[in-house]
Amino acid sequence: MSAPKREQYAVVVIGAGPAGLAATASAAGAGLSTLLLDENAGPGGQVWRAISSTPVTREAVLGADYWSGAELATAARDSGAEIIHRATVWSLDRNLELGVSVGGGSAFIKAKRVIIATGALERPFPIPGWTLPGVMTAGAAQTMLKSSGLVPDGRTIIAGQGPLLWLLAAQILRLGGRIDRVLDTTPRANYMAALPHAFAFMTSPYVMKGLAMMREVRAKVPVVKGVTELAAAGDGKLASVSYVAGSKRETLPADLLLLHQGVVPNVNLAMAAGVEHRWNESQLCWTPVLDADGNSSVPGIAIAGDGAGIGGAQAAIWRGRIAARAAIAALAPAAVAKLDPIAALRTGLARAERGRAFLDVLFQPAPQFRIPKGDTIVCRCEEITAQDVLDSVAIGATGPNQLKAYRRTGMGPCQGRLCGLTVTELMAEARGKSPQEIGYYRLRAPVKPIMLSELAALPKSDEATKAVVRG
Amino acid sequence: MFKRAEGDTRRSVTIHVEGRAIEAREGDSVSAALLASGLDARRATAVSGAKRLPYCMMGVCFDCLVTIDGVGNRQGCLVPVVDGMQIEIQKGKREIGK
Repeated sequence: MSAPKREQYAVVVIGAGPAGLAATASAAGAGLSTLLLDENAGPGGQVWRAISSTPVTREAVLGADYWSGAELATAARDSGAEIIHRATVWSLDRNLELGVSVGGGSAFIKAKRVIIATGALERPFPIPGWTLPGVMTAGAAQTMLKSSGLVPDGRTIIAGQGPLLWLLAAQILRLGGRIDRVLDTTPRANYMAALPHAFAFMTSPYVMKGLAMMREVRAKVPVVKGVTELAAAGDGKLASVSYVAGSKRETLPADLLLLHQGVVPNVNLAMAAGVEHRWNESQLCWTPVLDADGNSSVPGIAIAGDGAGIGGAQAAIWRGRIAARAAIAALAPAAVAKLDPIAALRTGLARAERGRAFLDVLFQPAPQFRIPKGDTIVCRCEEITAQDVLDSVAIGATGPNQLKAYRRTGMGPCQGRLCGLTVTELMAEARGKSPQEIGYYRLRAPVKPIMLSELAALPKSDEATKAVVRG
Repeated sequence: MFKRAEGDTRRSVTIHVEGRAIEAREGDSVSAALLASGLDARRATAVSGAKRLPYCMMGVCFDCLVTIDGVGNRQGCLVPVVDGMQIEIQKGKREIGK
């Protein structure tokens, strides 16, 4: 863990998941000076987390898709790129200058091209009691499973929908963990709505894997389908989970509730850099406006992987390669001849994206799990409820940025990552507008909190010093 | 809430949580080590003092904030354990000088 060796690089890649590793291996492999910055302790991102250090070494537990990441991690490591882990990129601007914090000190570096591969995070799941200790995301449990071999051993309920939920359940069971119940919130109407996309899905690689995983879990754990209400309760920590499915209402004692309703792009860095995003009606989140090579509205900044719109790990690899190829074409045109033809990359991406439309429709979360009511907390940092937001709308708050002045939503340390989508949809519904019209928080650097002393210690030019000197 | 699966052969690391020595494994994040320890690791929020535990474990929710070696507001889920590390559960806002 040390600061970047140079002040300028041809390509800076941010994030060492599938897209970032693929982009790094391609760019550095073509001879471009390449820097890969990643916030985690090792390569892999979320999907291949701890790929080079996991204590869960029995291959069948994490599955072949997980272990396939080792090859790309090795390729990036051996590509000649400079790779820095535990590096937090807290600033990126239109001049392609990056602020990066490593080991408690910050530096500014310049890039000719930047590839943002900051991936996805789990969609907020704002139900009553979701801030109680003992309520976590499914992804959190999977992170602990992959990086530390930790599995649930108290009374555990998994609730929500989507492929990750079933994968996590299967992995926990394979590793000897405990799951008491799976509560499936997939809206029944989604099955019909997804039907037109079923053919592409049935012929995609996802279908057999998905069905096998669901069978594996159902054989060991009771699964309740058609869950339409969900709440966690307890005093200072989780004690019970209540749900409604059809005419049945039940309360289960619980120590751990794992929530998941899909993933959405992690937009903070790209938005702060000024990249234009639009509301995506099928994925119900903000996705950047990109050309076929992943280039954004800011010249020199490309976005690859799930940050470009949710497509999964395989699509992320192709998008990473495509973005790197565009960077190579711009900076070292002579090296392009040695690369895979662009048509082959696009074919690979199309194959990887096959079946995605079906998953998008089938696993579109129900409105009541996206747009909470009453005293359910929306903004976890500032502890602001749905009713607080509606009250602010009633006295004149027009959108997320006005709401900051009323209630400080999105101004806590998470900077809207856990409330932004909820606030946009909640305000859109309350005001009878579309999410696109309502908009999102105006995000600014630093996109993650850093110490003031770190900012103050940055080297200053004479010009910058004179600008604040009196007289 | 969580237990360690069998077959974990990673080296043992000792960290100190409010003076109490707990065993973790090399490669654990501070948050994972706290959750595996069985100790009451609930922090208190800066706004209302409500009890919280880590929610996302991937660096986005900030519910894992903890004081590590005298420095407050660290994201415990992003910091790997190191032998001898001193952890304090953060109650409320970060204190001046910490």
